[in-house]
Amino acid sequence: MFDQRTDEYQDIRDAVRALCAEFPDEYHRKIDEARAYPAEFVDALTRAGWMAALIPEAYGGSGLGLTEASVIMEEINRSGGNSGACHGQMYVINTLIKHGSEAQKQHYLPRIATGEWRLQSMAVTEPTTGSDTTKIKTVAVKKGDRWVINGQKVWISRVLHSDLIIVLARTTPVEQCRKPSEGMSIFIVDAKAAQANGQLVVKPIPNMVNHETNELFFDNLEVPEENLIGTEGQGFKHLLSGLNAERVLIAAECIGDGYWFTDRVVKYVNERVVFGRPIGQNQGVQFPIAEAFIEVEAANLMRFKAAALYDADQPCGAEANMAKYLAAKSSWEAANACIQFHGGFGFANEYDVERKFRETRLYQVAPISTNMILGYVGQHVLGMPKSY
Amino acid sequence: MRILVPVKRVIDYNVKARVKADGSGVDLANVKMSMNPFDEIAVEEAIRLKEKGVAEEVIAVSIGVKQAAETLRTALAMGADRAILVTATDDVQQDIEPLAVAKILAAVAKAEGTELVIAGKQAIDNDMNATGQMLAALLGWAQATFASKLEIDGGKAKVTREVDGGLQTIAVALPAVVTADLRLNEPRYASLPNIMKAKKKPLEEKTAADYGVDVAPRLEVVSVREPEGRKAGIKVGSVDELVGKLKEAGVI
Ligand SMILES: Cc1cc2nc3c(=O)[nH]c(=O)nc-3n(C[C@H](O)[C@H](O)[C@H](O)COP(=O)(O)OP(=O)(O)OC[C@H]3O[C@@H](n4cnc5c(N)ncnc54)[C@H](O)[C@@H]3O)c2cc1C
Ligand SMILES: Cc1cc2nc3c(=O)[nH]c(=O)nc-3n(C[C@H](O)[C@H](O)[C@H](O)COP(=O)(O)OP(=O)(O)OC[C@H]3O[C@@H](n4cnc5c(N)ncnc54)[C@H](O)[C@@H]3O)c2cc1C
Repeated sequence: MFDQRTDEYQDIRDAVRALCAEFPDEYHRKIDEARAYPAEFVDALTRAGWMAALIPEAYGGSGLGLTEASVIMEEINRSGGNSGACHGQMYVINTLIKHGSEAQKQHYLPRIATGEWRLQSMAVTEPTTGSDTTKIKTVAVKKGDRWVINGQKVWISRVLHSDLIIVLARTTPVEQCRKPSEGMSIFIVDAKAAQANGQLVVKPIPNMVNHETNELFFDNLEVPEENLIGTEGQGFKHLLSGLNAERVLIAAECIGDGYWFTDRVVKYVNERVVFGRPIGQNQGVQFPIAEAFIEVEAANLMRFKAAALYDADQPCGAEANMAKYLAAKSSWEAANACIQFHGGFGFANEYDVERKFRETRLYQVAPISTNMILGYVGQHVLGMPKSY
Repeated sequence: MRILVPVKRVIDYNVKARVKADGSGVDLANVKMSMNPFDEIAVEEAIRLKEKGVAEEVIAVSIGVKQAAETLRTALAMGADRAILVTATDDVQQDIEPLAVAKILAAVAKAEGTELVIAGKQAIDNDMNATGQMLAALLGWAQATFASKLEIDGGKAKVTREVDGGLQTIAVALPAVVTADLRLNEPRYASLPNIMKAKKKPLEEKTAADYGVDVAPRLEVVSVREPEGRKAGIKVGSVDELVGKLKEAGVI
């Protein structure tokens, strides 16, 4: 049976599964119902070193590649948890590792590795510009040895559970730039201090999943100049390299979800008897499940391909985006099959299917919408005119 | 004190075992293998003794196919200091019998100057429950099997044993062989930094021939069968009907 397969990451899989097994379905269900943050779960993952997987050994992490990191995320979701509570650290940290100065890395990374500080929030999206990131209106202006940030963001996740957040702001007006993608910079912001002095206001947005996500208002937010990451004006480019990692990790989470759905539904349809036989004996039930499984498997291959390219420092934009596309689509197929063949029980909270169903649906929209991937592939891979 | 912990690579307890078509045994080709769960408990106990300062070193040893190196890495990731892999066969289907394993372990224990061996009470694949006992006999050491509690005090081990109908506490002089029962402890899971460290810990490779032990099977497996499937039950309406049905079935 497929769930008895092993691969070269079995040591990681076994250890993450063993940790996750201490947080059964019921734990995640209660957290979801209360719209609470799974602090104990995230703390346990942090203590066992999983959230520092990507941090180089010299800074207190384990220095693993994206492939291994993606396996960690996959196993969390496959165990019934939701990486959404903690994946931010994995994504965001890459920006700091790849583009941070030595002093920044020395200052932040060891404390993040131990869990003393959390850096798991990245503020990009804005209410009036959405997917059209280069049009962002948040600006940072240099005043003496500080940057002063003004503007507004929306859908910014885990701010209330982060000590540090990364903010994208325009530092040169778009008209003065050679390309719209230039003239933006990224800053690392002490979120707790900024909220305390009123320069950052955070308004939570009640939403469909248990995802702590917020509106942010920057009111003359002062940031020391040494908090600019990488090169001034190149912030968007710096973010993009991190975004490829994010795509691969999201793909892995969807793959974990996909296997969770197929595992659960296969078990259910083998046991549930109506019309005198297990419902899984009907092709109308069996085929959609098999189809979803095949799609998850195919997405899994693209995930490993993209991760291998990323780890080899090769261009991987197309593969990372395609992996995210395939994985989000397949987990959604699997989710649909799972809820459908649970009949009425799929809607009962105690089966956890409806919770996972909501959670995996997000990945068609965030962190990048499926349409934007199609647009990217149309233009950059296939050479059609830019459509967006 | 140096503790030796033998760990066996067995079919993972989550895997639904399948009998080979010729009835010669369970099919182990391309099946997920893991550390015998009782051995995980033994490793945990040894590490705890090291953490308490009672032991200086924990050595894990596995006897079988070369893939057992993975099982040893698991023990190292939990906290064992070093490992010894004794390759005794190339055939993943061959189970090395308790007597051969015990002979090799006796040689390792002597070579390493071990004072305490903590083993699992049995392996979940063949359920022999024999290796620890044979090892104690070969070494002429004391044995304390089915341990649910272990304390080392001076030259003695105080062991609570799970016996039929209750608990028995005995004291044995060291050196000794202790075998772990289910309730001795709850093994830890490996953390990522420890998995990384384990990759760098020493793993010495030996063969059964290095210890002059002949591992040729002495037992013959006549046949292996799957358990019979559970038959459907029936619902009864009353106690009288239940008693009637039980009488009919000839069980009362
Ligand atoms: C729970 C949640 C958490 C989030 N967390 C974060 C976070 O931590 N940080 C952050 O910066 N952002 C975050 N986001 C924002 C997310 O990245 C955006 O929602 C996403 O990029 C889409 O932007 P939008 O919502 O403005 O949609 P819009 O850009 O308004 O798009 C709406 C729809 O129109 C389609 N569309 C738009 N333009 C085109 C086009 N040219 N061609 C075809 N179709 C098009 C899109 O594909 C989409 O389906 C989060 C969102 C959610 C829901
Ligand atoms: C919110 C909610 C409100 C409800 N309200 C009411 C109510 O007021 N009154 C009431 O009586 N009921 C109510 N129901 C029950 C609802 O009608 C049943 O859930 C529905 O009929 C399916 O039955 P089931 O859940 O037992 O699924 P099952 O019969 O177990 O079926 C599970 C899945 O297997 C598929 N399947 C089963 N057999 C076959 C086959 N032979 N070939 C192909 N596919 C097959 C089904 O299509 C389904 O997708 C409600 C359910 C919900 C979720």
